[in-house]
Amino acid sequence: MTDTRTPSKPSNSVAGVSRRTLLKGSAAVAGAAVGSGAITGFPTIWAQNIKNVTLRQFGTGVSNLNAVADKVKEDLGFTLQMTALDSDAVTQRAVTQPKSYDIADIEYWIGKKVFPAGVMQPMDVKKIKNFDKIVPIFITGKLTPDSAIAQGTAPHTVGFVEGKDSTKFAKAPTDWMTLIPTIYNADTLGIRPDLVGRPISSWTDLLDPAFKGKASLLNIPSIGIMDAAMVCEAMGEIKYGDKGNMTKEEIDKTLKIMTDAKKSGQFRAFWKTFDESVNLMSSGEVIIQSMWSPAVAAVRAKGIQCVYQPLKEGYRAWGGGLGIAKHLSGLELEAAYEYINWYLSGWVGAYLNRQGYYSAVLDTAKQHMSADEWAFWMEGQPAKTDILSPEGKVMEKAGAVRDGGSFQDRMGRVACWNAVMDEDRYMVRKWNEFIAA
Amino acid sequence: MTLTAETPRPSATAAAGRARRGRLLPRVAPYLQAAPLTVTLLLFLLVPILTIVAVSFWDYDSVRIYPDFVLTNYVELLTSPVTWKTYLNTLKYAVLTWAITLGIGFTVAYFLAFHVRSTTWQMVLFLVCTIPFWTSNIIRMISWIPFLGRNGLLNSGLISAGIIDRPLEFLLFSDFSVVLAFVHLYALFMVVPIFNSMMRIDRALIEAARDGGASAAQTLWNVILPLTKPGIAIGSIFVVTLVMGDFITVRLMSGGQSASIGLMIANEISLLQYPAAAANAVVLLAVVLIMVVAMLRVVDIRKEL
Repeated sequence: MTDTRTPSKPSNSVAGVSRRTLLKGSAAVAGAAVGSGAITGFPTIWAQNIKNVTLRQFGTGVSNLNAVADKVKEDLGFTLQMTALDSDAVTQRAVTQPKSYDIADIEYWIGKKVFPAGVMQPMDVKKIKNFDKIVPIFITGKLTPDSAIAQGTAPHTVGFVEGKDSTKFAKAPTDWMTLIPTIYNADTLGIRPDLVGRPISSWTDLLDPAFKGKASLLNIPSIGIMDAAMVCEAMGEIKYGDKGNMTKEEIDKTLKIMTDAKKSGQFRAFWKTFDESVNLMSSGEVIIQSMWSPAVAAVRAKGIQCVYQPLKEGYRAWGGGLGIAKHLSGLELEAAYEYINWYLSGWVGAYLNRQGYYSAVLDTAKQHMSADEWAFWMEGQPAKTDILSPEGKVMEKAGAVRDGGSFQDRMGRVACWNAVMDEDRYMVRKWNEFIAA
Repeated sequence: MTLTAETPRPSATAAAGRARRGRLLPRVAPYLQAAPLTVTLLLFLLVPILTIVAVSFWDYDSVRIYPDFVLTNYVELLTSPVTWKTYLNTLKYAVLTWAITLGIGFTVAYFLAFHVRSTTWQMVLFLVCTIPFWTSNIIRMISWIPFLGRNGLLNSGLISAGIIDRPLEFLLFSDFSVVLAFVHLYALFMVVPIFNSMMRIDRALIEAARDGGASAAQTLWNVILPLTKPGIAIGSIFVVTLVMGDFITVRLMSGGQSASIGLMIANEISLLQYPAAAANAVVLLAVVLIMVVAMLRVVDIRKEL
């Protein structure tokens, strides 16, 4: 754990040249540079040495993909070690073991907890080549100039800090970004259309007595409370000032409604991991639940009908990004910037888009996708040919339309973002009471 | 115990030089022998527990913990109705599991010890009991889920047999499934010590009871049961402490709908509320210790062994 960045571990070298020759080559270049007195830390020399760098990245399972690490090795030459953890473990690791990683792939609501702890360094936007092309949601909070800013921990509110060494979030965009956005999506309820027996159109359907003992909610308090709030607001029971930053009173009311539903046997189970939600749905234990889009895809991949149902009240969104650990400097820091620039340059973007997520820079991702793929994933049009997953498996047959329509339709209808509230501690206590009730 | 080591009485006539050379070593030897365990316990048991106790008085917010001395963690813990409800719930699981595993454990051990005559068969059957332990705890637990589910093996079997016409919902994600999994997981911890105690019972005592005119039930109650008490106590300590500290069984088998103290602590840790988790752990430790002491009050294990 302590010293993984030394040039060791020959990884499965994808590049044509073997590691040994590369090492020899860079040593020779360095030697020549010293000899000629030209060692001034030019990027050219660094570009040679960068191949000996190993960066350790960790984050949630959604975006910590081995395919990305392989491609980094191929395109940039250095090694990226990936560790995938669940959201809670990510928060813990980010705060309590800052030396154990170089790059944190975290969600914005986690960033709100992690950044004030002073374990990360802000990023200089001048070094981010595609900064201007990042989807405006992450910069101003608005998808289009006239769209409303969603409630909750919207990424732009924790996207910038006031200065290079500041841990205070800036109100308006500055030159120092906390996380470079990479992946985001709009979540809604997953349903089993073959078992619910009627059209589902609202968040209130989660508490419909018709689905008694067949509903489920996710038990990650910061996210579950937002789903609960969407339900309560849709029922007309509570009018929130800001769902993502509730008052104690609002928390009490929300969880009272959910507790009553729980006591009357509305829920079959609460899930905490991706697999649990897939199993609940595919076994038919649950027919309506809060869910994540790849989990819906996983159920469908088993040949079981499952729909990621757009609802009239809108979506609950989340976003993730890459941050750099405070201890990173010199060559490793350069490599990290290079990696982040590469991340936004299109290949990963297309990869993520093909999984049903969205990439932060759409223009570059578009260049890596076929016209038909782009039309299906981003414009909500029926597929002309079979739609393949990033691994090349058929995901959707020709003629299929993705749930929720186009990018504008989905991301334009975000009602709130996953959030960390000011009353976080109180909320968690009340949430635990709800679970124990 | 140390006394015997210190006094080299039998070798009083030995050569003086040898005695002088050996004088220091015999005195230190017992301490050296005890040292590895002492150091291990200090390092891996006492120090962590003391750390937990210390941290339980610290303050925290959503990101960090602050060295301090505050009682809020305990106040919040002990004044919350959830805590009491959770403790009651956990105790309920512990008592139910204890009673059922005791019944099963005692019966199985009795069968093995008194009905199976040949030692070979005793050992063979005893090993059969341990077969479930060849797979991991979690796998044994999870395998219940498809079995008990709404469309699971049991329900579909009962439906096709015409016994029920709609799936039984209480089978999975309920207290029933939690206790069932606990019993499945921990019954062996009762069988082993009880069997062990029973095997030490002098068969002559049972013969004497029978000769004295005792019925089978009287023998069981007045002879076998008192003599198996240490085994029962050890088994009970195993089962009760395991159930009290468990969190994964309760979470998986109740579908996250029930709480246990272990689950409460796990939740707090995952939300970075280490001081609150530490306070909870200290209270849990105290409760479990009280329960163990109470059990040892009933049975003096040292005397019986």
